[in-house]
Amino acid sequence: MANSVTDMAGDAPPAQPAPAKRAGRKLSPDVLGWLQAAPLSVVMIGFLLAPIVMIVIVSFWGATEFSIYPDFQLDNYAFLFGSEVTYRVFFATFKYAAITWALTLAIGFTVAYFLAFHVRSQTMQIALFLLCTIPFWTSNIIRMISWIPFLGRNGIANSTLIDWGLIDEPLEWLLYSDFSVILAFVHLYTLFMVVPIFNTMMRIDGSLLEAARDNGASGFQTLRHVILPLTKPGIMIGTIFVVTLVMGDFITVRFMSGSQRANVGRLISNDISLLQYPSAAATAVILLLTVLMVIGILLRFVNIRKEL
Amino acid sequence: MEKRPISFYVLAAFFCLFVLFLYGPTITIGILSFQGPQGGLTFPMRGVSVHWFRDLFQEQAVGDIWGAFRRSLGLGLMVMVTTVVVSVMAGLAFRKRFVGSGLLFYVAITSLVIPSILISLGIGLIFNQLGLKVHWATSGFGAQLTWTLPFGLLIMFAVFNRFDKSYEEAARDQGATSWQTIRHVVLPIIAPSLIGVALFGFTLSYDEFARTLLTAGSYNTLPLEVFGMTTNVTSPVIYALGTLTTLFSFAIIGVFLLGAWVMAKRRARLGSDAGKGV
Repeated sequence: MANSVTDMAGDAPPAQPAPAKRAGRKLSPDVLGWLQAAPLSVVMIGFLLAPIVMIVIVSFWGATEFSIYPDFQLDNYAFLFGSEVTYRVFFATFKYAAITWALTLAIGFTVAYFLAFHVRSQTMQIALFLLCTIPFWTSNIIRMISWIPFLGRNGIANSTLIDWGLIDEPLEWLLYSDFSVILAFVHLYTLFMVVPIFNTMMRIDGSLLEAARDNGASGFQTLRHVILPLTKPGIMIGTIFVVTLVMGDFITVRFMSGSQRANVGRLISNDISLLQYPSAAATAVILLLTVLMVIGILLRFVNIRKEL
Repeated sequence: MEKRPISFYVLAAFFCLFVLFLYGPTITIGILSFQGPQGGLTFPMRGVSVHWFRDLFQEQAVGDIWGAFRRSLGLGLMVMVTTVVVSVMAGLAFRKRFVGSGLLFYVAITSLVIPSILISLGIGLIFNQLGLKVHWATSGFGAQLTWTLPFGLLIMFAVFNRFDKSYEEAARDQGATSWQTIRHVVLPIIAPSLIGVALFGFTLSYDEFARTLLTAGSYNTLPLEVFGMTTNVTSPVIYALGTLTTLFSFAIIGVFLLGAWVMAKRRARLGSDAGKGV
């Protein structure tokens, strides 16, 4: 890890040899850098690192029905690892992440490919790209709610299928099921794939594609052997977003499954609503470690700062 | 122009379906929010009316949504301004290497990928143990910054990766101090991108839910209020609210995009040096 940190730092644009500094302005680059980065650091320490430390500490505390008390006990972890529910819920979380990842990647790649290589005018490209990104700036909760008239027992999907004579009775699994949970995930998070993949595709040098064609590659061969490898960094960034958003989610699963399905986030939020903070904290620590491990693996394949 | 291959039409059709998938549900609740007074949560429409919109303006019918809207708006503006200022400063810092820059970068990425509920829970616990009251303008504000700042920072990276340093060098060669260089050269050049950072800051805050859940205290923000409604409101009034907030979001996005567009136009017309660096 230490090694990769230096690598990342090494990718920063090299400091320019400062030409003729005037007197009284001799701040060392470190001091200036820290002054400029101080506000960010303060927020990160106060509202990210301190909360994480607090969660780790509280995960060793004890709880009564109404309060929590400082202690050092491993009961919370023992209970967590001793319960069969934990494994089932973690498995469900990975399942949601894997399925959502595969679907968002397939859809996101196709959409980005169309935008980058088939839309010819740049104005059109920007307009269509904006069309894809605008929902990102609107409310996730409203977007979830808006599936209800589609998927409900008497919803649009069921009545249409019945009208067409494809089914006789309303399908029960459309809403409040794994299906609706994953549908909502795909609906909410495909943008996170489209944007980085489109971004890397736009940077592919057109002459490479021409060279491939001149050498007799078919469209598909160009896609498979030229575009796909060059798009990998974008795919990785999109993957990081989608996987972490799905693994950390608790609200989509609760809402779209009508509280009938569980993932780790819901396990934590249930404990919170029962005021069992130490147990929630222990689960949160394990979830965080899991997510960071997944990210650590993914970051091995991509250098985020270079790809922006 | 050469003839379009068949794959173009297949992909175009796919793209249209995708856009329909993205917007279809939102449009549906837009239509359903005009249900007649007897209408329910799904089709068919039983008449057309603005009944449910009128309901929104009667406080007791739906709780304190206007208070929630005001709080969300205020919080959004606070987060927006903070995000722009802090991101630009951090963006400038990261242009040079400083001790700990790699570490800080990883911390910012962690802030982006950490499950939101951890932020909520952790900040809630800290305030609780310190005997402080959680409030949307303190704990809620900090919690939202952990979500908006990494986005702002990533945008600043993208901006400075494309930044032509010769403008700065020219300014320095002509004797500008480093502050003058930033104030009169760097900031004007990156100004249009700051509109983007502001857009992220405002909208991500305005719609934020998970990180605000345990940190907003007794006064809800709008998304929290809406979520509360989903459990006890079973009439199209919730669609009316959804339609209104979505229209509000569209208007905000429109204003920001228009601002960026106008700025680009003005630059092109005035032929300012600054515009060419973007």
